[in-house]
Amino acid sequence: MGLLSTKKVTKRFGGLVAVGDLDIDIREKSIHSVIGPNGAGKTTFFNCVTGFYKPEEGEILFNDHSLVGLLPDQIVRLGISRTYQNIRLFPNLTAMENILVGLHGHLHAGFFGIVIGTPATRKEEKEAAEEARRLLKFVNLAGKGDFLAKNLPYGDQRRLEVARALASRPKLLLLDEPTAGMNPRETQDMMDFIQHLRDELGITILLIEHQMRVVMGISETVTVLDYGEKIAEGTPAEIQRNPKVIEAYLGRGSTGEESRVVS
Amino acid sequence: MKQAIKIGLIGGVIEILLSLIGMVEAFSQRDIIANIISMGHALLLIVALFMGYLSAKRAAGTGSPKVLANGFISGLLLAGMLGLLVMIGSLINLRKVFINASPLLYSLLTFGLEKGTGVLLLIVIGAMSGFVAGIFYLAPGLLRRVLLISLASIVGAGVLQDLLRPTFALWGPLAVINEWLFTANGLTIQGAIGLFILIAAFFLFWSRKGSAIQTGFRQLPPAPQRILKMSGILILVFILLILPQVLGLFLSEVFTIVGLYVLLGLGLNIVVGYAGLLDLGYVAFFAIGSYTTAVLTSPELGFFSLSFWQALPFAVVFGIISGVLLGIPVLKMRGDYLAIATLGFGEIIRILVLSDFLRPWLGGAQGVGKIPKASIAGFEFAGPQQIYYLILAGCLLVIFVSLRLRDSRLGRAWMAMREDEDVAQAMGINLVATKLLAFATGAGFSAISGAIFASKLSSVYPHSFNVMISINIVCVIIVGGMGSIPGVIVGAAALVGLPELLREFAEYRLFVYGAALVAMMLLRPEGLWPEAVHRREFHEEGKEAESESPPESKSS
Repeated sequence: MGLLSTKKVTKRFGGLVAVGDLDIDIREKSIHSVIGPNGAGKTTFFNCVTGFYKPEEGEILFNDHSLVGLLPDQIVRLGISRTYQNIRLFPNLTAMENILVGLHGHLHAGFFGIVIGTPATRKEEKEAAEEARRLLKFVNLAGKGDFLAKNLPYGDQRRLEVARALASRPKLLLLDEPTAGMNPRETQDMMDFIQHLRDELGITILLIEHQMRVVMGISETVTVLDYGEKIAEGTPAEIQRNPKVIEAYLGRGSTGEESRVVS
Repeated sequence: MKQAIKIGLIGGVIEILLSLIGMVEAFSQRDIIANIISMGHALLLIVALFMGYLSAKRAAGTGSPKVLANGFISGLLLAGMLGLLVMIGSLINLRKVFINASPLLYSLLTFGLEKGTGVLLLIVIGAMSGFVAGIFYLAPGLLRRVLLISLASIVGAGVLQDLLRPTFALWGPLAVINEWLFTANGLTIQGAIGLFILIAAFFLFWSRKGSAIQTGFRQLPPAPQRILKMSGILILVFILLILPQVLGLFLSEVFTIVGLYVLLGLGLNIVVGYAGLLDLGYVAFFAIGSYTTAVLTSPELGFFSLSFWQALPFAVVFGIISGVLLGIPVLKMRGDYLAIATLGFGEIIRILVLSDFLRPWLGGAQGVGKIPKASIAGFEFAGPQQIYYLILAGCLLVIFVSLRLRDSRLGRAWMAMREDEDVAQAMGINLVATKLLAFATGAGFSAISGAIFASKLSSVYPHSFNVMISINIVCVIIVGGMGSIPGVIVGAAALVGLPELLREFAEYRLFVYGAALVAMMLLRPEGLWPEAVHRREFHEEGKEAESESPPESKSS
């Protein structure tokens, strides 16, 4: 059994089954992609894992801990962190402060310790700032730490979001369309960066992606969802040949980048 | 052209409104410069200049003649409408509807001249001020700022003369300046000119040399830098300490009221400014602090007769508990719903203390009296000049705590929650604990303020705790700048202190409040003194090392 495994996870909205009977197993230190047409339930699945939604049925196990029913702040403490499809930084905080918020779970200063300014609090705060600077450097944002997050260019915001997620020291990182809206060069940089995260830091990566070049380029396993159900799983090469996948994409008269699945 | 006409007409409507509600007449009792310009005329002139400026701005980039023409036309129309008011007013009796449309108003608007010439002069002045505003718009930026600041300080000195005169009069050498600067009503002419030149010269000097002085200061070695900073702080503390003796009874009273609002504002700043939880029932905690102190200390009720200092911790603890109790039911609420729920809570507390049911314990509508004054080692905080110190100490304590919290793990958690609650939670922030802590801290600060308030008045009444207090505090924070500690102080001075100094115009207080809020939202939504961006990536260590641990600064 892998780092994260789900058994028969089902999430419904009214009569609509957004995710149905989903079994996914994610090996430790792998890069695992989830793909599928719009509305296939990819982001809903992410929300179930991170505690934003509570699935009606099924079990989600992370390192043998059950995640169902836990709150998002409890889940992040277990070692799962995420980014968002549409960037959700804290816009009026600086880049540094965004990362420091990510460190929240690893700081322990209490109200009175803060007010009195105990040596332990000072030390902790200094180390936190040190670590935040290190993370800024890691995502190539050194020198931009005092900019408000909302004033950073798009690509920087994407990387800052990753840095904030990394600050919570995750074992599993969920990236929701990390290359959305990026040009080919930025996309290539992001791919290298993701690979680097796994190789250097040993973080397991689960990503949702629409650009097939990215999916096929870096993932070891690909899971395809359609109408909330898993229709295929395998290596990128297997997925490219799978007739069900081709049908799911082409059967809807899709064009452009999705047809690249076939090619 | 069309724009100029539109702005001129809007300006005319504003001028007529100000005249008909009686503001011009009321304000004309005070002179800014003795016998030259009254506050009433200044008000009209400022509106005319502002509208002229707006109109000139609309013609930007079309060449200076058009800019000037735009200002001129707006000024002409604006004054023309006022002139029309005078004409109509002299034909028909407007007083049946507008009781302030008095002969005195017309004579003010026509500068005491005969109708025809007066109106002509009015229109000429209006057109000229529009034209001047146009010239002002075309002037280079530096000159514009110098003029604006110098003129604003003359108006400021005129408005605040009651504050400045007694301050100067007290001390020998300054009394001479006082004689030279002020008459009994307004500045002297030479005083106004002198002030203008002084301020302009200082500002010019600062804009030339200011940055050089600042960098010079930063280049100093840490030790003298620290000495300079410390001496600056010491001077400030010294001024704060002698203030009530210098200002006398009335002004000390004004300062104590402002101080109480600063305390309340800093507390609400944690809840609204940091954590983003819009609390409109904040007065409840102020009431709880006051009533706890009253019940524990007043011999009139006869339950306990603790001293102020014995009762204060109870008041704070009760405030904190009630903050948590309010917090629990509203944990899941956001935005408007939270505002309404908290508004209700504020009213519940007020009605509870007013109720006959609780009369034996809380005094009902008569309130509770005979609350003892606070005292330390024989020094009794009796009048405003003594209470001032109590409030000053409270403010300093609360500012210190606010500063510490702001730059900590908790402050960041609050601000993250304000920015995006869901993401904050997904970053490991426990929403329940963090929200309750914000409510509790805010309530605790408010309860301190309430306890001091009770001992200041020696009595508490339910009607002191109506919803307007909550609204006022929210306004203080918005006008000052959300989440900004100096902003709260500036906001309290502007919205609470200034109206106290201008007591004779109290009936226009709410009107000015409303206008000020609208103007703030349009022109400066971030507040008078917005929260500065916390520079931490490079700056923090130097500052820490320099102020906290000298050995490190040597090594670095």
